[in-house]
Amino acid sequence: MTNPLIRAARSRRAALPVLTLTALSLLAACGGGSFDDGAAAGGESGAPASQEGPASLRVLIASSGDAETAAVTDAADAWAEESGNEVEVVVATDITQELTQGFAGGEPPDLFYVDAGAFPDYAVAGNLYPYELEDNDDFYESLRATFTLDGTQYCAPKDFSTLALQINTASWEAAGLTDEDIPTTWEELKTVADTLTTPEQAGLAIGGGRDRAGAFLVQNGGFWVDGAEGTVTASEEGNVEALTYVQELLASGSAVLPSDVDSGWGGEAFGTERAAMTMEGNWIRGAMTNDYPDVEYTVAELPEGPAGKGTLLFTQCWGIAADSPNQAAAVDLVSYLTQPDQQITNAEAFGVMPSRQSAEEDYVAAFPDDAPFIAGGEYGQGPVTLPGLVPALADLDSQLEQIKTADPAGILESFQTNAEAALQQ
Amino acid sequence: MSTVRTPVEASATTDTSPPERPLRSSKGRFGERNAIGWLFISPTLLVLGVFLFVPIAMAVWVSFSDWSGRGSPFAGSVGFVGLDNYARLLTDEGLTRSDFMTSLRNNFYYVLLVVPAQTVFALFLAVVLNNQLLKARGFFRTAFYFPSVTSSVAIGLIFLFLFSGTGPVNTGLALIGVDAPTWFADARGLLHLLGDGLGLWDISSPPAALEGTSILGLSAWQWLAGPSVALSVIIMLVIWTTTGTFMLLFLAALQDVPIEVEEAARVDGANRWESFKAVTLPHLRPTLLLVITLGIIGTWQVFDQVYVMTQGGPGKTTLTPAYLSYSYAFDSGQWGVAAAMAFILFLIIFVLSSLQRYVLRDKDEAKDRRLERQAKRRRGGQSKEENRLLSQAAHQTAPGEARSSGSGGSL
Repeated sequence: MTNPLIRAARSRRAALPVLTLTALSLLAACGGGSFDDGAAAGGESGAPASQEGPASLRVLIASSGDAETAAVTDAADAWAEESGNEVEVVVATDITQELTQGFAGGEPPDLFYVDAGAFPDYAVAGNLYPYELEDNDDFYESLRATFTLDGTQYCAPKDFSTLALQINTASWEAAGLTDEDIPTTWEELKTVADTLTTPEQAGLAIGGGRDRAGAFLVQNGGFWVDGAEGTVTASEEGNVEALTYVQELLASGSAVLPSDVDSGWGGEAFGTERAAMTMEGNWIRGAMTNDYPDVEYTVAELPEGPAGKGTLLFTQCWGIAADSPNQAAAVDLVSYLTQPDQQITNAEAFGVMPSRQSAEEDYVAAFPDDAPFIAGGEYGQGPVTLPGLVPALADLDSQLEQIKTADPAGILESFQTNAEAALQQ
Repeated sequence: MSTVRTPVEASATTDTSPPERPLRSSKGRFGERNAIGWLFISPTLLVLGVFLFVPIAMAVWVSFSDWSGRGSPFAGSVGFVGLDNYARLLTDEGLTRSDFMTSLRNNFYYVLLVVPAQTVFALFLAVVLNNQLLKARGFFRTAFYFPSVTSSVAIGLIFLFLFSGTGPVNTGLALIGVDAPTWFADARGLLHLLGDGLGLWDISSPPAALEGTSILGLSAWQWLAGPSVALSVIIMLVIWTTTGTFMLLFLAALQDVPIEVEEAARVDGANRWESFKAVTLPHLRPTLLLVITLGIIGTWQVFDQVYVMTQGGPGKTTLTPAYLSYSYAFDSGQWGVAAAMAFILFLIIFVLSSLQRYVLRDKDEAKDRRLERQAKRRRGGQSKEENRLLSQAAHQTAPGEARSSGSGGSL
């Protein structure tokens, strides 16, 4: 052994306490400051925080494109001018990640889009400041319920989308079908899908996962969970029947999963005419206009199941940060951004449906073809919004990929077990 | 303990004790040198502290806490939950454990295929490129290295296109009459398919013995699935991209192999293969060790390909611990569990790297060292005295020498 080596070993030993000290003091520095305010009232409704003088708001949105960014920015600027505050609208590239960083760092944006799926975990973690607008009752009941947890509504629904049935006009006419034949029951859907199926084209493409299969559960009077009661209801008999119906549709070959016809989603299968019908939301309008402008199609409400009409609705809300010092101003901005006129402007700009009932009439007048979509607002079922269920839902989606061959009761049973375990934690 | 001592203090001690002046003063100089040394490395220490030690310490704490992702993890409202997060991954029955075990299974098959394949290909390409007779070596070197310097996101997207159901790969396979799968939608395991092909079992009704035995939340049938078709596309992609990097390492090492030794072996009558096996390969041992170590570390941490291409699907067969950890943290806000996953992954990597270091160690060298130790032990107390002298001598090392030893020690 040589001298330098011994020396190196010695100085390494000496370095340890110094490193530990450095690390500890840095830890203290990081931890300090947020000790008190980090623990402060999150999730508790109270008077909105506001500061003296004009507020400066930071708004984080996940934009679908330039049209949405421009519409939101214009509206926010107009509000700023009117109210004398300042607003900066920031478009997120990955909103989940950016919000997470904001929440952890203690300086989240004041106002942001919250997806219904992410809402319960944000609410439970105390990241959201719960508020209701003055005319809260004007929002669709189902949307308000989506953003309610343990009796508290956390935020105002921004807009929404629902599932409906899209039908390729050319295939429909080629199969000799008329308006009379638009399916209104499960049996009719099956028959029509059979009729439309040709060697080159499947009758119906049903997107994979819970966000499509769930519609059939609703039509049979059930759902994965009971949001109001906070219980898991997946393994109920009605749900097994509904999934079995989906399985039969797929097994018969008249219905396919998008991946069966080499498509990423139902809209692609429909647009490339590999399927004559699909079940998608109003977002399919944009895709059809941009990517498949030559395909003519009509939209109908989803057929009724044994328990009546049912569809799924997808929505986002305007979340206000619990840590925001400008909550009062943010509430004011939300009420400006969600007023009926503004919602119609948004609908024209980027094709979302107004979340207010008072805007429905104007919307239907402006977009008569979208009546089947907006009708879903009345009877649609919002997404699962119980906290802690993300992994269980991901597992459900993964199992539903195999729905053609798997046992429907087994899938539901396993989700029931996983979700119940997650709720108990 | 040689903590930072100011030069003033050091010289003060020196002055108050004249009798032992020579020894003390040498210590004083040592302390002074030390202080300056610490001063010089303090920027590095600070950077390491902020970007390495603090994050690791925070992650350790998070893995033992119920932090929800709001505010600082050190805030008063964050609770200590002991080993709960680890228990959910390893002992508690439930979805978290079966998700984690699925990800470990996938990653295990992934490592098992990627590491040997990329090492062998890299070595092969390096040997070919090292051939003096080969024309346009520079071109081939660049061509093979090219995938490594291209963004993995870009390559991932290109592979998504190549392997889509009606993509170029399937079109090509259809031309030669092969009915190819829809690669990225195919969750069937390769071992399952192999067994099915050999008639060992029927993939649609797995043997009850395998299906019924549950090990750590997954059935034996699931453990034995092998990589899924979708995962094997990612495996091919990764082998293709990383081979170039390791090829460069091998190439550099090959150029260090003294040509005289190889020629001598040839003169002694060894053929090409024999001289490669007996002369070249032993020379490459340190590089081989490095390549395999880097391979194991890199493959256990695979994330970006999964994130870009499959997000864990189909049927969770491309889920890896790194991606699962990300998704538990960012998608479902279970930060404690996510951090615990990261530390279990770290342990796995640590154990496996140490293991392969042990397996690939230089056996002659290890034997020599063992003999030396035995000899020392026989000499007994005498050697202790020697050591003491050695360490005293160490203090009087010339500054230049000390500096070079410092940098050697940190490596």
